[in-house]
Amino acid sequence: MTAVGPEGTGRTVLDLRDAVKTYTTGSGLTVRALVGVDLTVREGAYLAITGPSGSGKSTLMHVLGCLDALTTGSYRLDGVEVGAMDEYGLAAARNRLIGFVFQQFHLLPGLSAVRNVELPLAYAGVGRADRRARAVAALERVGLGDRTDHRPGELSGGQQQRVAVARALVTEPALLLADEPTGNLDSASTEDVLDLFDELHAAGRTIVVITHEQDVAARAQDRLHLRDGRFTPPPVIAGATGVAR
Amino acid sequence: MNLLDTAHSAVEAVAGHRLRSLLTTLGILIGIAAVTLTVGLGQGAQERVSEQISALGSNLLIVLPGSSTSTTGVRGGAGSASTLTTRDAAALTDRTDAPDVAAVAPVTSGSATLVAGTTNWRTTLAGTTPSWTAVRDRTLVTGRFFTQAEVDAAAPVVVLGPLTAQDLFPSAASAVGRTVQVDGTPLTVVGVLAPEGTSASGTSQDDTAVLPQTTAAALLGGGARTRISTLYVEATGPAALSAAYQEVDRTLLTLHGVTPATADFTLTSQQALVSTATATAHTLTVLLGGVAGLSLLVGGIGVMNIMLVSVTERVREIGLRKAIGASPSAIRRQFVLEAGLLGVGGGVLGVALGVTGAELLPRVIGQPVDLSATATVAAVGVSLVVGLVAGVYPAHRAARLAPIDALRSQ
Repeated sequence: MTAVGPEGTGRTVLDLRDAVKTYTTGSGLTVRALVGVDLTVREGAYLAITGPSGSGKSTLMHVLGCLDALTTGSYRLDGVEVGAMDEYGLAAARNRLIGFVFQQFHLLPGLSAVRNVELPLAYAGVGRADRRARAVAALERVGLGDRTDHRPGELSGGQQQRVAVARALVTEPALLLADEPTGNLDSASTEDVLDLFDELHAAGRTIVVITHEQDVAARAQDRLHLRDGRFTPPPVIAGATGVAR
Repeated sequence: MNLLDTAHSAVEAVAGHRLRSLLTTLGILIGIAAVTLTVGLGQGAQERVSEQISALGSNLLIVLPGSSTSTTGVRGGAGSASTLTTRDAAALTDRTDAPDVAAVAPVTSGSATLVAGTTNWRTTLAGTTPSWTAVRDRTLVTGRFFTQAEVDAAAPVVVLGPLTAQDLFPSAASAVGRTVQVDGTPLTVVGVLAPEGTSASGTSQDDTAVLPQTTAAALLGGGARTRISTLYVEATGPAALSAAYQEVDRTLLTLHGVTPATADFTLTSQQALVSTATATAHTLTVLLGGVAGLSLLVGGIGVMNIMLVSVTERVREIGLRKAIGASPSAIRRQFVLEAGLLGVGGGVLGVALGVTGAELLPRVIGQPVDLSATATVAAVGVSLVVGLVAGVYPAHRAARLAPIDALRSQ
């Protein structure tokens, strides 16, 4: 059993039990991407999951983000069993409970920064004026209050990723889920984004970062290492609280 | 995401690819323009036919003499026999036998050469009674029509058609009071008819000379003086037309002592002519409209094709929208609306093209195009439906995309 985050009063944001995910590839091979993973993340945690490519990181990220379903096992997000949700339930869960930050930013190139940030609120059914105010506030929160009307193409990589973080935060989700958030950034921008994560963590946000970069993982409160679809003791990381089964 | 937001992003998506959107709508554009023009042409033709027929006088029944059979057994067509006489005309004016008949105008017709000074002109002579103006719904531009007294007296007077008057005299106005000669008999011009145009059968109604039936019978000679070639009967109103038809039929059968099987006259109504002509125009409209409708179908397939391409191209966008909480129906709505927008865009542009065509076409082919507002609005509505329907399948594909596959694609 692996549990991370402040103990005591903190509620459980996500709870993964004996999670198994297998794929059948096009050539008929069965790939076991997750082999019985247990993970509990409490509110306020800042967890980094590391691992080499092929370790099941991406699969874990998709499962945690309600983008992919488990083959067997249980996944409870904010107390609700995700496996029992239909497509509409999953869409609502992704909208309200999770904020995604992707390696490629995934901003819509045709929309200004503020309209990109507004998008999750639009799908949540928030009214126009309210939506705009909250999106501007989220952009100010990530230090881009003066770039609201810029299109992604007019922003640097670091700025684009901060817009993406603002978009992830704007719905006040239970979990901020970042997949290689600094993979496409130079070191200065990486520093910017990691500082932002530190601030958000200090403000009580629950953050899970999936990365293969040790210096990114080092900034997190807790670190877990994934190998061949299960958590293993990380090779050399000081102060890790992740525990192998 | 509410409908307004979805519509907003649909407009942005369509406007984001201007050339492609325009090319996509081209099929629908041409289809709608074709439909608009075809329906306009059809309605223009129907309008013209109805105008021609009502020019002849509405509520009108026409009685023609029956066919004649010569001693050698050669049969003439309807109207070749001289079975109608002024007696028939008099009988139909009887209010008890034919209460739904408003007026009767017997016409004895033939052709003759009119001479005025050094000018001569060959035209049709129509010998009739004063009720002719009412029955045929004609008016005069100048002068007066002849009176019953002149008919009774076989007075040498004539009323000219406007074309005839212009051909014989410097102007229609100057014709009144002048004299024309027919076979040496001088006739005084007492009036000139107002122009009426061409009849449904293609003959000009403006080139004619109308004179008292008695005068005409004497001039044309041959046969009995009471012989008439056409009997025009006006019903008291459109609703009374079929009653008048029955009455005329019964009265003439009794008078001639014949049964319907051996009837020696032919009774037709303007209504029958109108429905035949309208039916022809209608068939043509439906046929051409069907062809235009086919091009709309092809246009719809074009929209569907481009929407499918668009879905494939925007897989990452769809994946992202799903990852941040777009439900399948929100995605579906977005793409259906985009397709609908392409449809409406094509429809509006098509109507614009159709209206332009309706302005230009009559100058080229000489056919009137009568655009109706209803048809135009319906055309835009149809193009919207075509677009929406064409968007259903691509939108369904987009809605079913798995978000991780969509996000993974580069």
